[in-house]
Amino acid sequence: MKPVSEADLHAYVDGALSESTRSEVEAWLATHPDDTERLRAYGDYNAMLRSLYNPVMDEPVPAALLAAHVPAWRRYVAAAVVFAFGIGLGWVVRGQSFAHQPVPLSLARQAAIAHAVYAPEVRHPVEVGANDEEHLVRWLSKRLGTALKAPALSAVGYDLVGGRLLSGPQGPVAQFMYQDSRGQRLTLYVSRQRGEPRDTAFRFSQEDRVSVFYWVDGNFGYALSGEIGKEQLLKVADVVYKQLNP
Amino acid sequence: MDKRLIIEHIPRLRRYARALVGDRYIADDLVQDTLERAWNKFYLWRPGSDLRAWLFTIMHNVFVNQARRRRYEIEQPVEEVPVVPVRATQTEQLELQDVDRALRSLPAEQREVILLVAVEQMSYDEASRALDIPIGTVMSRLSRARERMRQLLGGQTMVPLKAVK
Repeated sequence: MKPVSEADLHAYVDGALSESTRSEVEAWLATHPDDTERLRAYGDYNAMLRSLYNPVMDEPVPAALLAAHVPAWRRYVAAAVVFAFGIGLGWVVRGQSFAHQPVPLSLARQAAIAHAVYAPEVRHPVEVGANDEEHLVRWLSKRLGTALKAPALSAVGYDLVGGRLLSGPQGPVAQFMYQDSRGQRLTLYVSRQRGEPRDTAFRFSQEDRVSVFYWVDGNFGYALSGEIGKEQLLKVADVVYKQLNP
Repeated sequence: MDKRLIIEHIPRLRRYARALVGDRYIADDLVQDTLERAWNKFYLWRPGSDLRAWLFTIMHNVFVNQARRRRYEIEQPVEEVPVVPVRATQTEQLELQDVDRALRSLPAEQREVILLVAVEQMSYDEASRALDIPIGTVMSRLSRARERMRQLLGGQTMVPLKAVK
């Protein structure tokens, strides 16, 4: 039997050996109990490190990171505008400076980014699936501090996949995900809005490939995003709106 | 040019950064710096090549540069790691916390390798490309990382059964 190398032993732990080498290592280990014990410990570390850090994958991605792909110069320009605005405002409202306020992303943009992150996700598209819809809605309602409703869109061909909690500039955000029979996904993004309650008309925004219809209703902003045509999306947005405002 | 290609990797980058530096906010800073750099240099990425490896290489470079400027506390003296009491059935009973503490006590270069292999589940070849080091170096760092963890976690000091009456 040819000698087993230290590298082979690690590859054995990491499942990186060919079948034949693996058999050789196993045969060798049969007569080397100390090394067997050592490799078992190594394997345990792998598993434990994964248990420690895999949960990070399911955390909501902070909005700041999603905005990091906005070229720096654009953020500087935006910051400069806010800064100038702050100075201007400071002139009017003495002693107050708004220079350090973060640059807000528009509702449509936040929603489109969140859509782009989670809609292509194969294994973890949602945190809570549609099979537990009652729990999903109760949970998200509690976190947003309002009675939410997941609109039923099967009449227009979309079934609820589930939802997740995200973090937005104004605190928690709920995202509901829907899917049609071809796997096309839509997301409904619900976030609390800053300032006085107000109502707006439907607005449309094209964010790269993601189309977004959005509106503000009282204290909450709603945005429906999808990589489908404007007309098709409007049809669904209309159903969503009617169900939320019976 | 598709931004979403990068965005899809953010959860992975966050997981790795968190494991690498420990602190959540410092980790997200590292991710943010990585993303900005990736975005600015996206034209250098060859479509069709491994984007994950490319992003991890960028994160590695940002991490090393910032560590050099002492922005991240990357090394902890080994003495701070409490020795875990040795038990008859060694590793099964170790707490995750002890493993985490042992991980923190590794030199950064060893921590990177063990995390890419164990958590990111990269092949040795992928890890070697992500860190831009020869595969032999990957293996020796991995070996040293694991052995050091075992020492810290008490595996080395297995009480000989003979001593138990």
